[in-house]
This record gives sequence, structure tokens and C-alpha cells, in this order.
Amino acid sequence: MAEIFALMLSAILIENFIFSRFYGCCPFLGVSEKPATAMGMGFAVVFVMTLSSALTYAIYYLILEPFGLTYLKTIAFILAIAALVQFIEMFLRRFLPALHGALGIYLPLITTNCAVLGAALLNIQEGYDFVKSVVFGCSAGLGFTLAIVIFAGVRQKMAFCDPPRAFRGFPLILLAAGLSAMAFAGFSGLRIA
Amino acid sequence: MNWNDLWIPALWFALLGLVFGLLLAIAARVFAVRTDPRVPAVRDALPGANCGGCGYSGCDAYAEAVVRGEAAPNCCTAGGPETAAAVAAVMGVDAGQAIRMRAVVLCSGSGTRAVRKYRYEGAQDCLSASRLSGGDKLCPNGCVGLGTCVAACRFDAITVRDGVAEVDPSRCTGCGACAAACPKHIIRILPADAPYVVACSSVDNGKVTRSYCAVGCISCRLCEKNCGAGAIRVNDFVASIDYALCVRCGKCASVCPRHIIRTDRIGEPVTVPASAQEPEDRFPEA
Repeated sequence: MAEIFALMLSAILIENFIFSRFYGCCPFLGVSEKPATAMGMGFAVVFVMTLSSALTYAIYYLILEPFGLTYLKTIAFILAIAALVQFIEMFLRRFLPALHGALGIYLPLITTNCAVLGAALLNIQEGYDFVKSVVFGCSAGLGFTLAIVIFAGVRQKMAFCDPPRAFRGFPLILLAAGLSAMAFAGFSGLRIA
Repeated sequence: MNWNDLWIPALWFALLGLVFGLLLAIAARVFAVRTDPRVPAVRDALPGANCGGCGYSGCDAYAEAVVRGEAAPNCCTAGGPETAAAVAAVMGVDAGQAIRMRAVVLCSGSGTRAVRKYRYEGAQDCLSASRLSGGDKLCPNGCVGLGTCVAACRFDAITVRDGVAEVDPSRCTGCGACAAACPKHIIRILPADAPYVVACSSVDNGKVTRSYCAVGCISCRLCEKNCGAGAIRVNDFVASIDYALCVRCGKCASVCPRHIIRTDRIGEPVTVPASAQEPEDRFPEA
């Protein structure tokens, strides 16, 4: 139990997907204009990461490993995640229209997201079992959500400043992202016994 | 070379692709949601700018509302009569009358014509500036000129020239996003064929208006007296034109001593007559 908790805390804060691993930077910069949309994107990522961690675990240990095809895991995972996201979208539209309305526009964006693929590959690399894989996927998604929502707040404040012309737009956003990452670097001193 | 290294992965990946493909094909059938085929048809007839001028959150929402029968086919201000006709054709109903509208900034106080009470240096946003005792212009209803409307416009129709926003009528679709964004509420949505506009929103009396603007409406009522159609009324010290009565004769524009009743702003600088004194700048630029 303590091990699971340590894994969650590590994935959310210490090894945050955006601020310390630099995965999923494109939705992080692209969909962080407003806290509400950032939240929607974040929860879509949590949803897909959790399910894809379970699916890729099954594919790796049931198909790839027995046949010695582990060197093809990247392409197999891309295929599986893309199919999974499509399937989830159709399923949600049919049975949970409210959830589809909230996550719908973000789901296709995640199909080829490197954070989702990264979580799947890290699960294998770290040798997590099934439960740990799912927990890691879910908490990595939560870490992503935390980072993107915090950053959306930062960007809302930034909208009111009047920077020099050369810094307007993306230069300042990237600088702010760097400063936020430095703040998160403080968590790397955290030690979980 | 070991052929097993080739055909085993190839077989497995073909199988995976096949399984996923079949699964998605079945899912598409099983989970298919019945949608009215008219929704995408209406959606295609709309401009797709998602401007919100119709009152719905975007073109998709409006298309659904039209098909549900909640909205009339002529609510798309951006598309105008052509879009209304196309939507009505999809729905098989009469288009009704769609009047093309456009936005007009009712202020002429550009450059040195309007007296400024302080020099504003801060967030380049009209709302922030207008929080500081109503903006830098002494006129309480003058254009702040920091481009909040420019940012709100989805059609790149607005530019700020010399401290006053201008709407390009050839690009404006009349969606009203700028009018909603303007903290001074001086952008009006008028019929696109309205030839003459009173480009001033000052509701102070003539003496006060004169003290802070070289061109503001001084409510002299010359336009009202000279209008043969009775379309102009001066209320609250500012002239306004009733476009239902206006016969587009242009007499008002020719008699206005302040030259603020105009046909179009674009490329047509207001000529201030020599008799109209430039008001003294109380805070000259250092």
C-alpha cells in the first residue's frame, strides 16, 4: 500500500510528466489558455492514460513478450492507443453523452500524445505489474492535470501584463513554463521512505 | 537470414491491425448515434466562424437549434441573406428577411481632437484603462482606443487608427462581438445599408462637449431641423437616426457643423472646419 502511495506521489509531484519529464508539452502549451479547458484536457488525459496503461500492459505481456517481439513495443503501443481512443470516443458518444460533451473535443487530440505513449513505455521500462501500471498511468495523468491547470492560471495573469514586443506570446509563455518547472524541481528533494 | 524474424512480427501486426480495425468497425455500427442528416447539412451552409452572433455557442450549436426548430434560419448575422437562404433550403422553409448588419464605432475623437486627462501607461486593454476614471480621454463616452474590440473581432475587420477604432464595412459581418466587448458601449450594430451614421456618443450638453472634443455632437439640432423625412431626433444631447424613416438624402451630413454625420469612415479623414477650435490640450505630451 505504501509502495502504491509512493508511486502516486512520485508520478504526480516529483517526476511530474510536464515539469520534470517534459512529456506532453504540446497540449500543455496549446490548451492552457483557460483553466476550464485545461481542466477538460487534463481529465481526458487521466482517462485515456489509465485505460491505455491497462491495454498496453496486456498487449506487451500477452502478445509481444511470448513471441519475442518486445523491440516493436513502440509501434504496437501507438496502434493500440489510437484504436483505444477511437473506441472510447464512440463508446462515450453512445452511452455517456454528457461525458462525451465534456471530453469529446480533447479525445482526438490525445490519440498521438507523447505523454500517453510515454506512460505506457515507462510502465514496461520500470517493470511495473498490472496494478502498478494502472496506478502509474492514472497518477501521471493527474500530475499532467495539476501542471496544466496551474499553468492556465499563470497564463491568465500574464494576459494582463504589457511585455516588450519581442517577448509577447510564446517567448513569455515558454519562460513562464520554465519558471514553473523550476518551482516543481523543489519536489525532487522529497524523499519517500 | 532467419525468415521467422520477418513473418512472425508481420503476421502479429497484421493480426493486431485487423482485430483493432474490425473492433472499431463493429463499434461504429453498434455505438452509432442517430443524428438528423439535416444537422451536418445546415452546418455546412453556415460560415463556420463560430462568432456567436446568432446567440448560440457556435455554428454547430446553431445548426442543431435550427434542426430542432428552436431557431429561425435567418439568425446568422455573419452569413447574411445568402446563408439564410441556404439554411432555409435545407430545412425546406421560407428564409424570412435577413438584414445584413455591420458594426459602427460611434466616436470621432481621434488624435488631438479629443482632450486627454492623463497619459495612460498600463495593460493595453480598454477595460483596464476605462477602470482608471473612465479612460484617458476627458469625454466619458469616447473610444479608449486600446483595441479590445480588435481582439474580439473574428473577421479582422477592426483597426485602431489614431486612438479610435474603425470598422471595415467590407469585412464586418455584424456579429456583435465587438459591441459586447466594448467597455464604453459605443459600438452599435446598424443595418449595413445605413448610409449615414452619427459618429459620436457624447451625452453631455454642447458647452461641455465642446470643452473636451473638437468634433463631438453639440446638439445644435441642425440635422433634426433639416431632415425632410423626420428621421433624426436629438435626445440626451446627441443626434440619432431612425433608419426605418431615413431616405438617404444626405442633407444631415452636409449641414452638420461638426462633420460627424458621415457616410463611411474608412480612408475618409474627418475635416475639421477652420471655425471649430482645437480644444486646448491640458496635458500636452512631454
